[in-house]
Amino acid sequence: MFGPIIGVLFDGFAYGMLLFLLSVGLSVTLGMMNFVNLAHCAFAMLGGYVTVTLVNRFGWPFLATLPMAFLAAALVSVVFERLLYRKLYRASDLDQVLLTIGLAFMSIATAAYIFGTVHQAAPTPSFLRGSVQYFGINFGVYRLFLVAVGLAVTLVLVLTLEYTRFGQQVRAAVDNQRMARGLGINVDATFAATFALGSGLAGLGGALAIEIVGLDPSFALIYLVYVLIVVSVGGLGSILGSFIAAVLIGISDIAGKYYVPEVGAFLIYLVMILLLMWRPAGLFGKR
Amino acid sequence: MSKPGTPMTPHDYLRAQTRWHPLEYAFWLATLLPFLLFPNYLSLASQIAITALFALSLDLILGYAGIVSLGHAAFFGIGAYTAGIISKYGIGDPLLGLVIAAALTGIVGFATSFIIARFKHLALIMITLGLGFLVHELANSAHWLTGGADGLQGIRIGKLLGMFEFDLWGHTAYVYSLVVLFIMFLAVRRLTNSPFGLALRGIRENSVRMPAIGAPSAAHIRKVYTMSAAIAGIAGALLAQTTSTVSLGVLDFQRSADVLVMLVLGGAGMLYGGLIGAIIFMVARDQFSGINPQYWYFWIGLLLVLVVMLLPNGILGGLSHLYRMIRGRRS
Repeated sequence: MFGPIIGVLFDGFAYGMLLFLLSVGLSVTLGMMNFVNLAHCAFAMLGGYVTVTLVNRFGWPFLATLPMAFLAAALVSVVFERLLYRKLYRASDLDQVLLTIGLAFMSIATAAYIFGTVHQAAPTPSFLRGSVQYFGINFGVYRLFLVAVGLAVTLVLVLTLEYTRFGQQVRAAVDNQRMARGLGINVDATFAATFALGSGLAGLGGALAIEIVGLDPSFALIYLVYVLIVVSVGGLGSILGSFIAAVLIGISDIAGKYYVPEVGAFLIYLVMILLLMWRPAGLFGKR
Repeated sequence: MSKPGTPMTPHDYLRAQTRWHPLEYAFWLATLLPFLLFPNYLSLASQIAITALFALSLDLILGYAGIVSLGHAAFFGIGAYTAGIISKYGIGDPLLGLVIAAALTGIVGFATSFIIARFKHLALIMITLGLGFLVHELANSAHWLTGGADGLQGIRIGKLLGMFEFDLWGHTAYVYSLVVLFIMFLAVRRLTNSPFGLALRGIRENSVRMPAIGAPSAAHIRKVYTMSAAIAGIAGALLAQTTSTVSLGVLDFQRSADVLVMLVLGGAGMLYGGLIGAIIFMVARDQFSGINPQYWYFWIGLLLVLVVMLLPNGILGGLSHLYRMIRGRRS
């Protein structure tokens, strides 16, 4: 009788890893610059389309496209950061929301123009398909792969932030931007690097998401909502917070759809509103 | 805005603001033009008037009190469903429907305003977005009440004032929408030019300092949010009554985003901003969506980027800046 429960928990965890990859970059950049970037998932969508194109058009192996998805999203995002975002760091929330939602709209229309509105798929290699059985419970191999990638990325991120000079600069800038500037840290350059890294991770998430949720131009808005929920529940600038929030949201979404399908996505929005009312800065937020 | 160097009491300032500008008379007279010039487009004109009213309601909280809402369609939708559902159960009188819809959305707005007043920045955006999606999901799952994704069936709207039927050409619809828009506009105009309106602008600029000079921020935000919700509800009810259809589209995120775009395009924090924005947006959509509806949002996105980068106060803000520049050069 515990079989289905563990299965749901596992699927939810794997989904949570996906949400974590998609949202961790936004969490750190929001914590650093307080910049509300609603185009974050557009970069994730870009990563997804890079993978789809490379696999289907050029016959690349799926795994080899993942670094390209990361790089493409990172590069494009840093161009936008330097050209547009930089000018609005001190602007109001409203201006930031408008600019980035404008970019998200443009990305959706562009994707629809190039790839059409149909659902895209990228075939995964045979060793990532099927499922394995432990203790009488089926685990999807691709989901195990997702969990492995998610945990590896978390580990690398935490180690980078804790033990490297770059990580120290990022933490200093998140904690107190002005003080960090005063100490001679080049916050703008650090931010640009972090922004590229975060968008790259989103691109990777977008590429990995194809197998689970598919890819079409509306990705940039639909998953934006999930990502924003993870970020605001987890707390700005907190990797641990994003991780826990992503797992929580992932599991409650899958469990909700499995046990009470008629409620739909209702549960998640309710959970988010209640959590934010309890802790407006998120579970692990400082401000 | 008073000239620098000329002292003005707050009383005089407010009185000067309430005076009607000749351009305002011209604007409202121009709203009658569709009867003469575009008699085939009266349905569109009534949609524009309704959207303008919706934009006006958002302007009240966003432009004046500085509350960024990404879920304002929730109130529009509740108003539309209220008017539709009560007409299904026999209350088909349009005016009574408006009053009931306004009262109900006002109550919902008042209840949620306690949440809204507590948040700022990202959390506020998320809460409004979440509330919007929550209401959408509720309407979607409450199939027995709203008809879910199939839309509400069996709406029967009675004659306006017991005399004028809603015709296919939209004559009644446009007159009705325009009159309601005008009355609500007068109310909002009066409100924003009152001490309360000034206090709201103070809260927008600095919500921490306002309590120090005796204007309780949270209480003011609750009041204005409730009023804005009621006006959005009236706009929704108007749409339901003039088109006799209510579908889940009234609650879409897209609707919240669209109205935000219109308001910003026209100029937030200026009464006419939402109105001008609604006219431009709706006419442009009507003209362009026939060509390639799929790419309509590309141009909207580009427009948003350009407005944010080049015209921080929207079209009206840009025009008044230009006007002041020309006048400054002359003197």
